[in-house]
Amino acid sequence: MASPRVSLRTDARDGIALITPVTVVVGAVIVLPILWTVVLSFQDARYIDVARNGLLNELTLDNFTSVLTDDGFWEAMLTTVEYSVGTTLGSIVVGLVAALAFRDAFRFRAPLRAVMLLPYVAPVVATTFVWQVALNPQYGVVNAFGTEILGWERPVPFLSTAPTALLTVIAYDIWRYFPFAFIFLGAALTGLSRELEEAAVVDGATPLQKFWHVVLPQLMPTIALLALFRMVMAFNEFDDIFLLTGGAADTQVASIRVYEQLTGSSDIGGASATAAVMAVFLGLALVVYLRLTGRFREVAR
Amino acid sequence: MSAAAVQTRVLRVLRVVVIVALVAATVLPFAYMVSLSFVRIEDLLRDPLRVVPALDRITTETYRQVLASEEDGGWGFGRFMRNSALVALAAAALTTLLCVPAAYALTRLRFAGRRQIGALFLAVYLFPTIIIAVPVFVGFQVLGLGSSLIGLVIAYIALTVPVSVHMLRNHLAQIPESIDEAAVLDGAGRIQTMLRITIPLALPTIMSTALYSFMIAWNEFLFALLFLSAKPELWTVSLGLTRLSDGQEVARTVLMAGSVLLTLPIILLYAVAERALTEGLAAGADKG
Repeated sequence: MASPRVSLRTDARDGIALITPVTVVVGAVIVLPILWTVVLSFQDARYIDVARNGLLNELTLDNFTSVLTDDGFWEAMLTTVEYSVGTTLGSIVVGLVAALAFRDAFRFRAPLRAVMLLPYVAPVVATTFVWQVALNPQYGVVNAFGTEILGWERPVPFLSTAPTALLTVIAYDIWRYFPFAFIFLGAALTGLSRELEEAAVVDGATPLQKFWHVVLPQLMPTIALLALFRMVMAFNEFDDIFLLTGGAADTQVASIRVYEQLTGSSDIGGASATAAVMAVFLGLALVVYLRLTGRFREVAR
Repeated sequence: MSAAAVQTRVLRVLRVVVIVALVAATVLPFAYMVSLSFVRIEDLLRDPLRVVPALDRITTETYRQVLASEEDGGWGFGRFMRNSALVALAAAALTTLLCVPAAYALTRLRFAGRRQIGALFLAVYLFPTIIIAVPVFVGFQVLGLGSSLIGLVIAYIALTVPVSVHMLRNHLAQIPESIDEAAVLDGAGRIQTMLRITIPLALPTIMSTALYSFMIAWNEFLFALLFLSAKPELWTVSLGLTRLSDGQEVARTVLMAGSVLLTLPIILLYAVAERALTEGLAAGADKG
């Protein structure tokens, strides 16, 4: 029988052997790129410079000065914040309403719940395409319905004029992401003990009072976590907005700006600087958020 | 009537309204997609409100056109689907192959740096894809992996690994270690124990991890766009659909058929393994 000491030593050896491959991949494709982004953001690098000199380009703060002094950047940040807050709030509210409606059993609850998750699991390219066609002023069903049946004077160019474009993108993302909130909040609701609610009813609470004073406070920790998750996801969102509007009509969020700097003007340094500023901004927002919710939790206690 | 009774009644009606509205909102866009894929483009342009084609006007020509290769006058979705399937299957297989041993090591073996690596996987997952995209794009170009399906597979593995390890780790932590220890005492080596005991016990979770990676890889768009835009022969379904819809020459109803082809595998997978996928997606927030 192996002595404990030997088994500890082989444990360590086997452990490192088993974990190395995955660590190498994550290191090479995620950690190194993040560090490299930081380095590139301090270099005035075009693609050709990177190909020729690798990491060794002259260091400069130019990218940051030009990113931070560009009005376009601040407009993009503002759009990003508006978009993030809109879809986060919207998807959580709709997800909460859905979770409450599905709380008690009814016929077909399980299959309908599965159906409600479709917007979230379906390929984003397919669903954005369907929305584009449905909202098209010439051949979309929404505008046809609006002009022929609701009596709109003319079709609405939902995705090509401000401010409807941003609102439409937000609506799309509420549609796509409310199932995410629905899964989370549904699970949280199942976990609540019914005794508190029954006691409130015995004490004469109306259903709304029961929701407001008994159910909602118990869901707050889940909602806070969900809001955090959704904000981080929305802040970094690229696909949905790019596919719906391409960043036109005042919908250029920060990640689309990075993409345009990277591919349009192949300004790698600028793209990296924008991405780095985004990450710093997001990090600061996270710290503030955690402080605030931490204080909120203390007060609640 | 008391306030409580009024509210109860109103809420009972409201609940039905909410359920019907939500189901309609989720299902209608998909119904529209399927229906338009059988409509002739001239019918759509004549009457956009007529979403469901008359029986004698239904066409499957859209599917033939979108699937056929360019030489046969089609748009090459057959090839796009093959590319997507290759990439997604490879990403799913390799992710699983990498993650099972890693999760095993993280839950069973004590070694230096174990906690740090666990934390690293979690932290990685907060970083925006677009930040990673810039240097990965540049680096892969320099290494010559930039415009290849292999480069894409590597990127997808990295995208799905953190969540997959997390899922597997949670599951393995629930299998009592005493089972492994008994095997080790009986003279089985670590690797043998993992292969013979742990993996069979964790098989359902391993399957859901694989399905999750497949789905993320099949649906992914940004990296495909960055890596493969200039190489139409390597386009995935997502990229092909986007590129073709940017131009005006392909009829929208034909592209609707393309959207159905893009969505169908995911819906089928989801129908077979709903719980497994939901678990992964809830854990996985949204990478890709």
